[in-house]
Amino acid sequence: MDIKSMKNYLYWLYCQFELITCSYLMEPWEKLLFYTFNITMLIMVLYTAYVFVPVHISMAFQFFLQLFGNQHENTVSVVK
Amino acid sequence: MERPEPAAAALGAQPRANGCSGAAHGALRNGYVRGLPAPDTQINHIVHNGGLYKRPFNEAFEETPMLVAVLTYVGYGVLTLFGYLRDFMRQWKIEKCQNATEREEQKDFVPLYQDFENFYTRNLYMRIRDSWNRPICSVPGAKVDMMERVSHDYNWTFKYTGRVIKDIINMGSYNYLGFAQNAGTCQEAAAKVLSQYGAGVCSTRQEMGNLDKHEELEKLVARFLGVESAMAYGMGFATNSMNIPALVGKGCLILSDELNHASLVLGARLSGATIRIFKHNNMQSLEKLLKDAIVHGQPRTRRPWKKILILVEGVYSMEGSIVRLPEVIALKKKYKSYLYLDEAHSIGALGPSGRGVVEYFGLNPEDVDVMMGTFTKSFGAAGGYIGGKKELIDYLRTYSHSAVYATSLSPPVVEQIITSMKCIMGEDGTTVGKARVQQLAENTRYFRRRLKEMGFIIYGNEDSPVVPLMLYMPAKIGAFGREMLKRNIGVVVVGFPATPIIESRARFCLSAAHTKEMLDMALKVIDEVGDLLQLKYSRHRLVPLLDRPFDETTYEETED
Repeated sequence: MDIKSMKNYLYWLYCQFELITCSYLMEPWEKLLFYTFNITMLIMVLYTAYVFVPVHISMAFQFFLQLFGNQHENTVSVVK
Repeated sequence: MERPEPAAAALGAQPRANGCSGAAHGALRNGYVRGLPAPDTQINHIVHNGGLYKRPFNEAFEETPMLVAVLTYVGYGVLTLFGYLRDFMRQWKIEKCQNATEREEQKDFVPLYQDFENFYTRNLYMRIRDSWNRPICSVPGAKVDMMERVSHDYNWTFKYTGRVIKDIINMGSYNYLGFAQNAGTCQEAAAKVLSQYGAGVCSTRQEMGNLDKHEELEKLVARFLGVESAMAYGMGFATNSMNIPALVGKGCLILSDELNHASLVLGARLSGATIRIFKHNNMQSLEKLLKDAIVHGQPRTRRPWKKILILVEGVYSMEGSIVRLPEVIALKKKYKSYLYLDEAHSIGALGPSGRGVVEYFGLNPEDVDVMMGTFTKSFGAAGGYIGGKKELIDYLRTYSHSAVYATSLSPPVVEQIITSMKCIMGEDGTTVGKARVQQLAENTRYFRRRLKEMGFIIYGNEDSPVVPLMLYMPAKIGAFGREMLKRNIGVVVVGFPATPIIESRARFCLSAAHTKEMLDMALKVIDEVGDLLQLKYSRHRLVPLLDRPFDETTYEETED
């Protein structure tokens, strides 16, 4: 029963997507074109995120670590 | 009637003139003010406008939610892109072009068909065209039969399957008092007159087409409205477009509401007078235009205007709003101008005994100079009328284009109007008319209340029988029409260019012929379709309408 209601909910979400982007009104070949374009864009965005986001996060982390690292040394010298 | 005095401290807050709230409060469209206490209480205008209104005036136009507006534009953007793609394909003959083009021999001539202007028609309207021009095959009463059609080439051509869909609940016909019937007293009287006079008149009013039935009708209409005299014409649209040119001409000024019907706009343009537009139902805008007109006169010569005519409608059919007639009449008297009131949708539908918007507000019919209306909506017939002083109507009998050139009303139609009008007035000896008017008022209140409770955005006044339900997105226009028809309810959906581009809507017209069971069934289906298509946009920030603050920089002037 849960699977069925989940499937219904997903189908309803797909219908909302169709209505909002007007693919409900398109002929089948137009829909194919539209979905191909969208899914291609989506895959490219996800792939870019997969490749670049960890590198960017670690660079940002290192930058902030350096910043706090310097501060720590300064305070230590002042106290001394 | 005295002019509206500025009301001080009406709400117990800081003093405001004419019930306006200052722009500093962040007023939204049409006077919506954020953050007022208890948004679901009524604020009576009785105190605000110096006692002009005898009853509360509840009009509401909820603002479009930002996300919905953005998504609507996204939808239109996608459709535009695909429109360009399809036009490209048609141009390069990859796809067959199915709309009108010139013949091969004429390709080098001046183009006959404007290709780009029909962009919207070709690329959006055609996709959802099956919601319009549906052929019905029975009388358009509370339930109607419809012929089923299918299209195999995406709405460019239709074929009839031969099946008739029976008993569709009709929420689209202008059948306010339920007089669209094929049985009953009206039909019998019309049949008798048909066998006596025939169907055609074969002449104009001025020549041989003036029947005794027409004289009887006009006396009855004058008595119904409470005016001195009236004249009836064969077509409602032609009543407006052919009579306004007879009343005003060059050197006159027409002040017309922003959302006036095409017949009023056409009549105003044909007359050759200068036209200025005031914001919809906004009395401050109208007053400013009147003041400017009186102070500055005609544009170059500074001479005073020969006549100033204010064109308003009783009930605006796209918005469901009711004109602020007490204030308009007060302004008209103060600035000595004339008022032309088009009661196409409000005659028979408003007022305790169905006499229209003048009775609804409890005003004197003699204050309105030209009362125009149609017989199409509440009387189940066709045609229009103009009522007013005897001199005015005698003048129109001679100088109106409709009287001179248009064929007069057909006799069975005249009899239908006479019988239904007598029924509404109670002169046929029964209380059927009164019961119908009351039933319509009850249906209106019930239907509007239930739709608002469900969470839809509904425009307009609480008492207007025209109920616009906002759809916004273009795909939902087609989807709503189709889904409702699948569930046996017939509705009218409206999009651009009849409405602004993002504000497409479904327009329900209530009828006295709708029983409570029919309304409940319709409401259940609307609820279901609303959940399916996610149309319940209302965020319940419903604030009763205040007089909107007038912004000096926002009104426009058009000189024709």
